[in-house]
Amino acid sequence: MNGFPRGKAAIVGSATYGMGEAPGLSSMDIAVNASIGALEQAGMTPADVDALYICLPDNMLSGLGFAEYLGLRPKITENNRTGGSAFLTHLASACLALDAGLCDVALIAYGSNQRSAAGKLVSAAAPDPWEGPYKPRLPVSAYALAAARHMHEYGTTPEQLAEVAVSARQWANLNPDAFMQGDLSVDDVLSARRVSTPLGVRDCCLVTDGGAAVVLTRADRAKDHAAKPAYVLGAAAATTHQNISQMPDLTVTAAADSGPRAMAQAGVKPSDIDVVELYDAFTINPILFMEDLGFCPKGEGGRFFEGGRTAPGGEIPVNTNGGGLSCVHPGMYGLFTVVEAVAQVTGAAGVRQVPGAKLALAHGNGGFLSSQVTAVIGAGETL
Amino acid sequence: MTADRSGVKPEQEYIAHLEAGRFMLLRSRASGRCMFYPRVAEPGTGATDLEWVEASGHGTVYSTTAVQQKPPKESYNVALIDLAEGPRMMSRVEGVPAGKVEIGMKVKARITRENDRPIVVFDPDW
Repeated sequence: MNGFPRGKAAIVGSATYGMGEAPGLSSMDIAVNASIGALEQAGMTPADVDALYICLPDNMLSGLGFAEYLGLRPKITENNRTGGSAFLTHLASACLALDAGLCDVALIAYGSNQRSAAGKLVSAAAPDPWEGPYKPRLPVSAYALAAARHMHEYGTTPEQLAEVAVSARQWANLNPDAFMQGDLSVDDVLSARRVSTPLGVRDCCLVTDGGAAVVLTRADRAKDHAAKPAYVLGAAAATTHQNISQMPDLTVTAAADSGPRAMAQAGVKPSDIDVVELYDAFTINPILFMEDLGFCPKGEGGRFFEGGRTAPGGEIPVNTNGGGLSCVHPGMYGLFTVVEAVAQVTGAAGVRQVPGAKLALAHGNGGFLSSQVTAVIGAGETL
Repeated sequence: MTADRSGVKPEQEYIAHLEAGRFMLLRSRASGRCMFYPRVAEPGTGATDLEWVEASGHGTVYSTTAVQQKPPKESYNVALIDLAEGPRMMSRVEGVPAGKVEIGMKVKARITRENDRPIVVFDPDW
């Protein structure tokens, strides 16, 4: 079964705001700034938006609050939260709603001031009576458990984990919006303070402010709004658990399910993909996702990141904005994978542009490897 | 009137058993499968034919991490334990330094108290 409306919805505006630090602004302010940017790019105003998809860290009813703030009267207001993958979930839903004619213009928005406000990750999850007593330092301990198991089963090494962070930093050094820049070596990552073994502080994503937004419309209207629209060719989700203790297999994520479905919808295979934008909350994530998405066999993910293969100039560019590890991570990183995928396939990525990139994979992760959502985004030539 | 399902009050009854010195698991009579954490229906099947059975306490470390603290506080262990009865739970292994807990290590359950509440922890089962 493949009912996804391949290429029927197009992204005609995408923007970020407050990358890194945006002191003095609320999460809502940041989301609105990003949204205005995305709408301006599409030649639209808030009045054009008739479907709103949003998730803020500190407001469970942010769909209502955002509509009020900008004076929207959306026909569809979706506030679904599957963790950091929420915005790719929104992307999949928006494509269906647009194709069904339920709406004409969908806005997906996110903002967070977690760095300026809290200075640490803001958790939206309730305390858990079954894991809580053992005081895992979440989220890092959950990912550390996955990393330890992957190392045990496949011989993945701390050096290979470190390569993921080094690759991300090399991309960040080409991105003026990236929060962390400068040299980062494998030794730097390995000698950094341990947080929850085997992960150290440089294996962990940033804690930043930041917002992102994308505007979608039906493909038949896209050319009126963007010189180079980006088309959603496939988008699929899968969920396996919430708590890490309930993950069926710590070395296999639900991306093994969402990825193949999204790529089947798009009619592409991993070897067709030009750029990969993954939710790299921790260095183990891209290793797991490259395996589960089919870019390498299970267990080979660690070796895949060796030798700069995913870094600038490498054969398969991964996280070309610098990722959650070095660019931006305001708590829920998912929408930034979409924004960067759009930048790459529309040729708008500046000095980090991957030459000739036409087909991008964006992948969101939510919870503790819990929710996985994969999208395939292509330039007009891929329709 | 609400339908009479399992009648199990998962967390409350689990803790009451621990208070009485018993580490108990819920099991579906039909499938014979144990679950952890306890819930009112078996995951997957939705079966509510549940009964409490005593865990053997035997387990194997499935994964482990040492959570670092600011010195002089020592790091502590967080582990996922595969119980002999099948399900997996989060816990910690005591009696060895946090970083010395290894995947595959055989462990044995023990009930202890923390914050005025009984919890299950594990010791190496040498």
